[in-house]
Amino acid sequence: MAETTSQIDRIAARAAKATPVAVASRVRGLSDKAIAWLFIGPTIVLLLAINIFPLIWTVYLSFTDYKANRLTRPAEFIGLRNYERVLTDSDIWHTLQVTARFLCWTMALQVILGFGLAWLINKQFKGHGFWTTVILLPMMLSPAVVGNFWTFLYQPQIGLFNYAISFFTGIPPSSFQMIGDVNLAPWAIVIVDTWMWTPYIMLIVLAGLRSIPDYIYEAAEVDRASQWRQFWSITVPMVLPFLMLAVLFRAIENFKMFDLVVELTSGGPGSVTELASINLKREAFEKWRTGYSSAFAIILFVTVFGAASIYVKALNAVKQR
Amino acid sequence: MTKFMNYALGAAAAAAIAGGALGPGKAQAEDITLCWAAWDPANALVELSKEFEAEYGHNMKFEFVPWPNFADRMLNELNSGGKLCDLLIGDSQWIGGGAENGHYVKLNDFFDQEGISMDDFAPATVYAYSTWPKGTPNYYALPAMGDANGWFYRKDWFSKPELQAEFKEKHGRDLAPPKTWTEMKEVAEFFQGREIDGKTVYGVSIFTERGSEGITMGATSALYPYNFKYEMTPGKYDMEGAVNSPDAVAGLEAYKDLYKCCTPPGYTDSYMQESLDAFKSGQVAMAMNWFAFFPGLYKDPEVGGDKIGFFVNPGQLSEASTLGGQGISVVAYSDKKDEALKYIKWFAQPDVQKKWWSLGGYSCHVAVLDDPSFPDSQPFAADFLLAMGGVKDFWQEPAYAELLLAMQKRLHDYVVADQGTAKEALDKLIEDWTEVFEDEGKL
Repeated sequence: MAETTSQIDRIAARAAKATPVAVASRVRGLSDKAIAWLFIGPTIVLLLAINIFPLIWTVYLSFTDYKANRLTRPAEFIGLRNYERVLTDSDIWHTLQVTARFLCWTMALQVILGFGLAWLINKQFKGHGFWTTVILLPMMLSPAVVGNFWTFLYQPQIGLFNYAISFFTGIPPSSFQMIGDVNLAPWAIVIVDTWMWTPYIMLIVLAGLRSIPDYIYEAAEVDRASQWRQFWSITVPMVLPFLMLAVLFRAIENFKMFDLVVELTSGGPGSVTELASINLKREAFEKWRTGYSSAFAIILFVTVFGAASIYVKALNAVKQR
Repeated sequence: MTKFMNYALGAAAAAAIAGGALGPGKAQAEDITLCWAAWDPANALVELSKEFEAEYGHNMKFEFVPWPNFADRMLNELNSGGKLCDLLIGDSQWIGGGAENGHYVKLNDFFDQEGISMDDFAPATVYAYSTWPKGTPNYYALPAMGDANGWFYRKDWFSKPELQAEFKEKHGRDLAPPKTWTEMKEVAEFFQGREIDGKTVYGVSIFTERGSEGITMGATSALYPYNFKYEMTPGKYDMEGAVNSPDAVAGLEAYKDLYKCCTPPGYTDSYMQESLDAFKSGQVAMAMNWFAFFPGLYKDPEVGGDKIGFFVNPGQLSEASTLGGQGISVVAYSDKKDEALKYIKWFAQPDVQKKWWSLGGYSCHVAVLDDPSFPDSQPFAADFLLAMGGVKDFWQEPAYAELLLAMQKRLHDYVVADQGTAKEALDKLIEDWTEVFEDEGKL
């Protein structure tokens, strides 16, 4: 015990020696609480400046008719008028519907494919490391790059995608336009997002699968549980918290989806792929309806925040089961 | 000797420094930054500006932004009071916002002081690029680059005897550049899907871009000849019956018909560059684009020279073209306004304007346009004069961006996404624009 104490003393003495005198004396005069504040202070200031202040400012602007491109025109307080206009604007509801459909389809496809891929990779077949790396490649690319090269893949005259579909179905490649057709364009963006982000779901599910101890399966086999029963009674419940977490992250990201879709379709043809974030950007920074777009942003924020809170509660309930 | 050499070198160095300080001012002259879009005429302006640099000693810097981002980038710069640009060659539609929001310096006093007369510039360009409120003698820009939406075609294909014969048999007239939008569709349909030189070709490339201004600039080229108007009474914002008149509806339907029948596959989000690409790659018989690109096209080794022809926007009920082009303004936030004004003074000179045209820029100066040799100076020069004689422009209101984006949406919804009718699209456009003008306090 005495030996341990002297060792600690030696380490403390070395640390004190290494600390510059001026700093040491200053720190010595501070309480632990003050030092703690010293460390977290800059972060709090940054958070206040970058997150909290803009949020409060946006709330304020949402009650005015302010336009950021009219610096000479004073902003007038107009109460809830912006909120009323946003909520009664059929174009806004259209973009919310487009966003909801995009969100539902991308999440459904990515969960199914991500889980399937993780389950296959978890089988530890020969070369699984190589295939894991290959599968992860799309999510390492920039969304702008992905959007750009998929516009070429979807090109009806030279695009590889159209030729692949033509090869399997016999439909002439120039006879359909993935990003120019109102019926196909929503699917075009779902396909690209799924291609890019399924590996993310796969990775998190894979972590979940690998965290399940083998002895649970061994015990199930001793009890003569079928593979199907093992899957539903062991694999799914134990992976579910991981999967739900992945879905939460992806859903929040896809609710804000902007760059990929702008590169692919710019929200077109017409407005069939105009997601809420694209509409918001147009209102805020192209039309310069700052007050109106602030109200829209607040509504989107409350929606995401509310949905995420409910979801997190469900996630905690699943974890506690 | 060594001491003498030291003195001599010292004296030489002092003389060099003094010479630099007391010379024509080249060393101290401030850099001026000129902002514009990144396109062919911008390169011509760089070349032209070398003379200004040599004459005045200022070093010119250029900030050229690709067209799809030009408005976003530059309007953000102006709205934030940025000092990046001393001179800005901004779109004609920005003049209202530039003037009312205090982004541009009013140039009347400067013009008076320097003897620059707006009578020396084509009236249509002065009206469109310089004045705010429209048509009043309040100048915020000097007309810099005249432009309009025009057309070019594959002259070599049009002159093929077998195609000439087939077209004449079908339509009873020669295969020639169309003079009306009805003829335009007939010619485009004639080429659509045809095999020429072993390659499938298409009728026409037109503007369908959704994000910035493309489809509006394209569709108005059909709407204006169909007598589309923005207001019944100028300045009253009474749009009902003007924007959605039966003729305007027919014009929009004509544009959609042309898009549906005769464009290459996948041509759903195309603007200047896509139109040029379609033509240069030998895909289309005719293409729409700004006159600014015509000098470059004529010089193109693949499709230029004898292979290319040019024509003015076809008429229908009247002759009209969509206005492009820009004026050059001094940015109010610049710290180098005096230097920027020097550039404008230099640029307004007739000799400089003549050189501007010879390099590929479209001068608006009457010394250039009224020169008897002008129509024959380039194969597209006569058409340019014709076009500029009947140009019409979009709203130039301070709220132009809101007005433009509303039109982009309504037109793309109807033409490309096939939603609703032309009448419904124009009715909705009136609703959108009414809301904007109500917000502006103008209705």
